[in-house]
Amino acid sequence: MAERALMKGNEALAEASIRAGCRHFFGYPITPQTEVSAYMAKRMPKVGGVFLQAESEMAAISMVMGAAAAGVRAMTSSSSPGISLKAEVISYIAACDLPCVIVNIQRGSPGVGGIQPAQSDYNQATKAPGHGDFHMLVYAPSTVQEMADTVVRAFDTADKYRMPAMILGDGLLGQMMEPVEFPEMRTNMPEKPWAINGMRGKRPKNVINSLYLRPEELERTIIERFARYDEIAKEHAQAETYLTGDADIVVVAYGAAARIARSGVDAARSQGIKAGLVRPVTLWPFPNAIIKESARHAGNILVVEMSMGQMVPDVKLAVECALPVHFFGHTGGVVPTPPEVLEQIKALSGGVV
Amino acid sequence: MAVVYEKSAALTDVPLSYCPGCTHGIIHKLVAESIVELGVQDRAVGIAPVGCAVMAYDFFDFDMIQAPHGRAPAVATGIKRAVPDTIVFTYQGDGDLAAIGTAETVHSATRGENIVIIFVNNAIYGMTGGQMAPTTLVGQVTQTTPYGRDAATQGFPVRVCEMLATLDGVQYAERVTVTDIPAIRNAKRAIKKAFQNQIDGKGFSIVEVLSTCPTNWGLSPVEALDWLKANMIPQYPLGVFKDKEVSAQDVRV
Repeated sequence: MAERALMKGNEALAEASIRAGCRHFFGYPITPQTEVSAYMAKRMPKVGGVFLQAESEMAAISMVMGAAAAGVRAMTSSSSPGISLKAEVISYIAACDLPCVIVNIQRGSPGVGGIQPAQSDYNQATKAPGHGDFHMLVYAPSTVQEMADTVVRAFDTADKYRMPAMILGDGLLGQMMEPVEFPEMRTNMPEKPWAINGMRGKRPKNVINSLYLRPEELERTIIERFARYDEIAKEHAQAETYLTGDADIVVVAYGAAARIARSGVDAARSQGIKAGLVRPVTLWPFPNAIIKESARHAGNILVVEMSMGQMVPDVKLAVECALPVHFFGHTGGVVPTPPEVLEQIKALSGGVV
Repeated sequence: MAVVYEKSAALTDVPLSYCPGCTHGIIHKLVAESIVELGVQDRAVGIAPVGCAVMAYDFFDFDMIQAPHGRAPAVATGIKRAVPDTIVFTYQGDGDLAAIGTAETVHSATRGENIVIIFVNNAIYGMTGGQMAPTTLVGQVTQTTPYGRDAATQGFPVRVCEMLATLDGVQYAERVTVTDIPAIRNAKRAIKKAFQNQIDGKGFSIVEVLSTCPTNWGLSPVEALDWLKANMIPQYPLGVFKDKEVSAQDVRV
């Protein structure tokens, strides 16, 4: 039976990962994701799982690599500066075709930045999560319920395609409390015949490796991986649309910014402006087709982010620059407000309402 | 005809990629023999480093993974925690273990992770062509210490076993070498003991093996063995530095 609870986003995500069958969590403290580790430290021993506080972000993600290679569902979580530290091993994990989940509860950056919510790791997550040609799945929840739902989906999809998945949240989603419903505890985990967990008299040795000294061989592995990415892009790109059917102005926003943008859209509608919202749920793969279709009758697009507009080029590509794409946002931990979004929508509608 | 010697069943037929005279081959053999003799080949998982032994996954005939530079003990931790009845070891060089991976080495030791570390110390970065390692001797000439390692600006060599011996999490730390038959037999005993410790659930064991790098030292294989004995052993004395089974006064520090 599904259970309902009132929880912080970080805790809901942690509990949902356990429901998804994750029994190995490796963390390192950083604000504003600390609740994930704290929850895991309490909960894992009760379900026969492992919580380990690593000596560094690099060690934590390396432990995830080892556990994932051994065939179990493993997770780590951090916030912006900590994700930069994990970048090297994320590249190895992708290159070794290992499934795992990495959580980034983003905070103001660059540098040590601040501890207030931000979305300024969009480019890092979707374009360059480490060195080399690769992608990871990137999910952008915008409610506490979605924090729980996407982590389950992330584990399933990561296992299916043997690749890392990231939950790209932010300090606002991590810290806010909302009702959440959890799925039942998973018991059946997928078979992983490629795992390094001992030959056990059943098979020849398995090797997990990303070294290819012959460039043609390395290129072939990358091309094969990209063929898989094409399939994922077709099947898994997801976005929620809201009042876009007749929208003159389509707002595109994800995560916490999408909640704010939606309030701005509602306010605009109440003033007679035909505004709508597209909320990407997956940031990689990016929901190009949904955005393009939603903006078919629109005159303007407004991208709202808690960054300097990192998603804007992707939205322009999605609509093939067929209409103007504007940007409004705050960064560094400053959260945009619905009245600010409304002002932007009004300005685009000609300012006459 | 009686078989008096054969290759270990835990080594594949892939030709070793090591330079002539390098002692990696001997150390591989000792690890493989220990694993077979202890009956754990079927649940062994080895972790190859970044460095000369990066392709060790080709040479050992059991499950293997290649780790990011220095992170092998953390990868080992993940594997061992995920599947506790695996027999997990890392095989690391001095740059991997004592420079870029110092934190992973020290903290897997402080946690008392039930893993084995085989630490091959040849006082140089071999694979990249002979740069200064954390264990390069004072005065030793390398590509990046062309005038000899100057302690005033380049610091002193790290004694890993001595450092780790101070940590409560360490079950066993011993330094050996493979310069001659008695030394090889002694190294085998130490490596086997480290794996036995893991089988018995005793915790973190490290065997440091002083090794040669004739290519980057610019010496013949025989000269390299002599250089090791004359120069490395005074800096890195052989012996047991920590063994929780043995009383404190028996342990050389």
